[in-house]
Amino acid sequence: MSVRRSLGAAAILAMVALHVPAAGAAEAEPAADIWHMVRTSLFGNRPISEQSEGVVELDAPARAEDAATVPIAIRTKLPQNPERYVRRIYLVIDRNPSPVGATFTFTPESGRADLETRVRIEEYTNVRAIAEVSDGSLYMATRYVKASGGCSAPAGKDQAAAAARLGKMKLKLDEAAVPGKPVQAQLMISHPNNSGMAMDQLTRLYTPPHFVRRIEVTYAGRPVLTAEVDFTISENPNFRFYFVPRGEGELKAEVVDTDDLKFESSIAVRREGAGS
Amino acid sequence: MNRPNRKSAALFRLGPVLLALACLSGPAPAAPADELALEVREIAPGIFVHPGRQEDSSAANLGDIANLGFVVGGRCVAVIDTGGSLAVGRELREAVRRVTPLPVCYVINTHVHPDHIFGNAAFAADAPVYVGHQRLPAALAARGRNYRHALERDMGEPAAGSEIVPPTLTVRDTLDLDLGDRVLQLRAWPTAHTDNDLTVFDPRTGTLWLSDLLFVRRIPVVDGSLKGWLVAIEEMQRLQPKRVIAGHGEAGAAWREALAEQARYLNLLLAEVRQAIREKKTLQQAVDTVGLAERERWLLFDGFHRRNVTAAYAELEWED
Repeated sequence: MSVRRSLGAAAILAMVALHVPAAGAAEAEPAADIWHMVRTSLFGNRPISEQSEGVVELDAPARAEDAATVPIAIRTKLPQNPERYVRRIYLVIDRNPSPVGATFTFTPESGRADLETRVRIEEYTNVRAIAEVSDGSLYMATRYVKASGGCSAPAGKDQAAAAARLGKMKLKLDEAAVPGKPVQAQLMISHPNNSGMAMDQLTRLYTPPHFVRRIEVTYAGRPVLTAEVDFTISENPNFRFYFVPRGEGELKAEVVDTDDLKFESSIAVRREGAGS
Repeated sequence: MNRPNRKSAALFRLGPVLLALACLSGPAPAAPADELALEVREIAPGIFVHPGRQEDSSAANLGDIANLGFVVGGRCVAVIDTGGSLAVGRELREAVRRVTPLPVCYVINTHVHPDHIFGNAAFAADAPVYVGHQRLPAALAARGRNYRHALERDMGEPAAGSEIVPPTLTVRDTLDLDLGDRVLQLRAWPTAHTDNDLTVFDPRTGTLWLSDLLFVRRIPVVDGSLKGWLVAIEEMQRLQPKRVIAGHGEAGAAWREALAEQARYLNLLLAEVRQAIREKKTLQQAVDTVGLAERERWLLFDGFHRRNVTAAYAELEWED
C-alpha cells in the first residue's frame, strides 16, 4: 500500500485519537473502533486468523520502558518457499497517532520474513503484526503494551545531535554468511524521524515532519525487504532482517525520506562474512 | 525573610506521617490540595527548598516528587521549578507568600520534565518572566502533548489546569538574574540528563542548584546523553560550591559522594552496554541483562533502569 494512503488514514485517526477522553473506563472502546477502521481500510472483509502460531509471532515488552524506543520483534514460522511464503507484514499500533506504522514486503530471497525494529508508543495500546501469506491468507499476532508514565515521551532525546548526523547509515551482517542459508543483517539509519505532529499551542513551535518513508534492500540486485514506514519507527531507524546469500553479491539498502532525500549503503557479502 | 515559619515547622514534623499515609493509601484519591501543604526548609539565608518525595508521580502525590524551591532577593523572588501539577505549584506559591511579601519576578525551569514544570501556571498571576534553557521550548513542543496526556491519564481531575507554560526568556550559555542585592547565575549545559539542563548558582551563599544533573538515592534517568552526562559530571566535580541542591533526594554535606555514586552507575551502564553491543546482543537482550546488580542500590530501580539501558544502547550503538 502507498504511504499516501497510510498517512490519509493516519490523519483521520489522529483526529479521532485526540478526541478520546483521557482517563477512565472510556479508553477501551475507542481503541477497538480504531482497530476496526484500520482493519477495514487495509483488509476489507477478508478473514484474519488470530490462530497465528506456526505463521507469525510478535515479541514486545509488556511495558514500554522508553516510549521513544520500544523494541519489537516479528518472527515468522513459514520457510520462504516460492509456493507459500510470507509476502507482507503490517505493523499496527492502535492508539498511536498513525496506527499503520509500517508495512514490510518480503520475497523468497528473504529466507525468513523476520523483522526487528524499535517503535514509538504513545499510549496503552495493542500492537499487532498481521502477516499476509502469498496465498492471500492473513494471520495476526497481538501484544498489549503499557506506555510508561512520567518523563517518558516518544520524542527524541537530543534533537540537535539527531539532526547533525542525518543520513549516516550502517549496514552489517550479524553472523557469517553461509551460501543458501538465511543470514541476519542490520540496517541503521541516522535520522530524527520527526512526526511533525508535536506542535505546542503556547510556544507555537513545532518540528516539521521529516521521516524515513521507504526502504529497499536488495541482494545481488533482487529485493529482499521493502518497507513503507513512518514516524512510528523510532529516531535513528534500526532494522534487523534476513536474506539468503549465494556465493558473492552486494547487499544494498536505499532509503528515501519525506523530503525526498535519498541515502544508500551497501556491503559486499562473502562467505566469511561482510566486508565494506 | 529569615523568620522561622511555624506552619512549615509543624508540617515538617507531620511529614513522615503524611508520607506513610500516602504510601498506604496507594492509588486512592488524593487528599484535597490544601491538606498536601508543602514543606519548605531554609537551607541557607534566603534559599528555600521543598524536598520532593522519592516516588514516581501518581494521583496520590500529584507529582510532588522533585525538589523545588525559591530564592528571595532584595527586590523579588525567583522560583526554581514548580512541581508536577498545578496543585503543587499553588502550594509552592503559598509557601513563598508565607515567607515574603516580595513579588515573584522569575520562574526558572531547570529542564523539560513534567515533575519540574507542571506547576508553572500557578504563578501566572504574578506575571513573572519564565526562564529556561535555549532548547527548552523545542523540548516542550516535542513532548508537551504527550506529557499532558500522561498527566491526565495518571492523575485525572486533581491535575486539572496543569498547563505547559513555555519560557519567555531562554539561556544559551549563561545569564545573570538580579533579584535585588542578589544575582543568580544561570548556566545552560550541553546535553546531559536532558538536552535542556539549566543550573542556578547563588554566589552570596555559594549554593549551586544542580536539579536533575544530580540524583541522590533515586535512580538517575538518562533522557539526554549518557556520555554527555558523564562529561557534565566531570565539570561539576571541578566546581567548588558550598552546597548543592539535587533534583531528587537530599544532597547534604556528602554531595560529592552522591555525585560519585551517580557517576559510578552511569559508568557501569556505559561499560556494560558497550560490552553488550560488542557481543551483538540485541537491545532487548541488553535490557534483560545489563546492570541488574544495581537494583539494591537505588530507589525506583524497576521504574527507570531498563529505560536507561534502552537509552544507553540507542546512543552507544552509533559509536565507532
